[in-house]
Amino acid sequence: MNQTIVSYLAQYEFFDFFLNLFKGHESLLSFLVYLVFALIIVGMCATIGGLGTYAERKISADIQMRIGPNRVGPYGILQFLADGVKMITKEDVMPNSADKFLFYLAPVLCLTGVFATLAVLPFSTGFEMSDLNVGVFYLIAISSLVGLGVFLGGYASNSKWSMLGGMRGASQIISYEIPVTISILAITMLAGGMSFGTIVGMQKGLPTNWFIFHNPFAFVAFFVFFTGALAETNRAPFDLPEAESELVSGYHTEYTGMRFGFFALAEYIEVFVVCGVAVALFLGGSNLPFNIKFDNIPLQLFEFAIFMTKTLVLYYVVIWIRWTFPRLRVDQLMSICWKYLTPIAIFNLVGCATWLVVFNGKSIADLVFGGH
Amino acid sequence: MTPATFDGLMPIVIFMGLAVALFLGGHFLSVLLAPKKPSLLKSTPYECGEQPVGSAWSMFNVRFYVVGLIFIIFDVESVLMFPVAAIFREVNDMGEGPYILLIFISFISVLVEGIAYCWRKGDLDWVKSYQISLKNK
Repeated sequence: MNQTIVSYLAQYEFFDFFLNLFKGHESLLSFLVYLVFALIIVGMCATIGGLGTYAERKISADIQMRIGPNRVGPYGILQFLADGVKMITKEDVMPNSADKFLFYLAPVLCLTGVFATLAVLPFSTGFEMSDLNVGVFYLIAISSLVGLGVFLGGYASNSKWSMLGGMRGASQIISYEIPVTISILAITMLAGGMSFGTIVGMQKGLPTNWFIFHNPFAFVAFFVFFTGALAETNRAPFDLPEAESELVSGYHTEYTGMRFGFFALAEYIEVFVVCGVAVALFLGGSNLPFNIKFDNIPLQLFEFAIFMTKTLVLYYVVIWIRWTFPRLRVDQLMSICWKYLTPIAIFNLVGCATWLVVFNGKSIADLVFGGH
Repeated sequence: MTPATFDGLMPIVIFMGLAVALFLGGHFLSVLLAPKKPSLLKSTPYECGEQPVGSAWSMFNVRFYVVGLIFIIFDVESVLMFPVAAIFREVNDMGEGPYILLIFISFISVLVEGIAYCWRKGDLDWVKSYQISLKNK
């Protein structure tokens, strides 16, 4: 039991009781502890995903000078619960000609891909479920399951709209994975490691130490990453797989009730995860400014609050972008990815490497103000 | 597998299990609560009220395949670059910076050559114009 959460818990007396209870079965105990924390994180993220749908409708209403949902609960804040109940009580319809196994499998793959990324999301220095030494690499790899789910959802339905949406989704997600991966490579290079612990730890102190301000190339890399991440989560202006004005509803046209709900939930949690990753990689993660010292528990809470604040601000930006920009055409989407973002990302990568060698790993702030 | 690595992987397995459990739970609830009134019309694929003609599993445009091929090449190359990127700073601190930079750039230039080739061939254009295909002949 060398993982962070368990070692934090081991400082307290009540934990000795459990240790004695599970004597000889320590792995079972760590399994239970992880299960509890995983349930907390999943519950929190599901709530954020649910509130995300509410925020989306409320903010879009604000932007379009409407009122938005205001019936269920105060200011309509319980709308997502009402939506959930409605989805559960709707009849499940599956096309006769669909591939039944794949039809069931697609939303599971979407959910699995998104939930598995939650395991490495660094909510605070201690509250990270698994600080893998290949953290960002694992994240890129496992989030590809979502693309698989989107494609299978479109394929298994055996409907033309779904097929078109699934094909578009697959090609879009894999295309935009390239600029995103190369931008993350630049950050891996600056941090000198792939684990989120290392990357966040390198950005301690003032915002000038954040990787986004490390050098001009990293600054551009952030925007490349964010644009690519928007496209990977199928958010507008890149929501071609579910373009409602062309493809009815894209890859989930044939999905009804709860199965549709799982696609929507996975999408909203994925947006949260992507924003969290952007915060951890570029925007200083959960570090407190000025390296303020606290006791362990308040420190973790403050760090958690800072991480969530940054992430939710980015979440707002994502929704804002969705309701401000028109959707792209397919050929524009592909040319933006392959002819603009990918060359820019490769240029950034070379630029970051050269910067590291020329300035011996110093950031702009170090060069201007001295230090290190 | 050492216990330490397994400890790091356990949360991931738990999260994946939770995803499956959530799906099964939601599905079970909807089986319990949702009405069941199947009909032939409901179970035809939706095509805006038209009778669907043929199956959707037909031949599809080859350009999606080309995108997939280019992606595979780039993905494998970026996978190969990750270890280099991870030790880049360490090697630079050892004073070997210019050498690793040279190696890194020569590796990336192969990648750039690949994308330049695809670009020149017109594979990055979604809609290939007639002139481009004429040029390539």
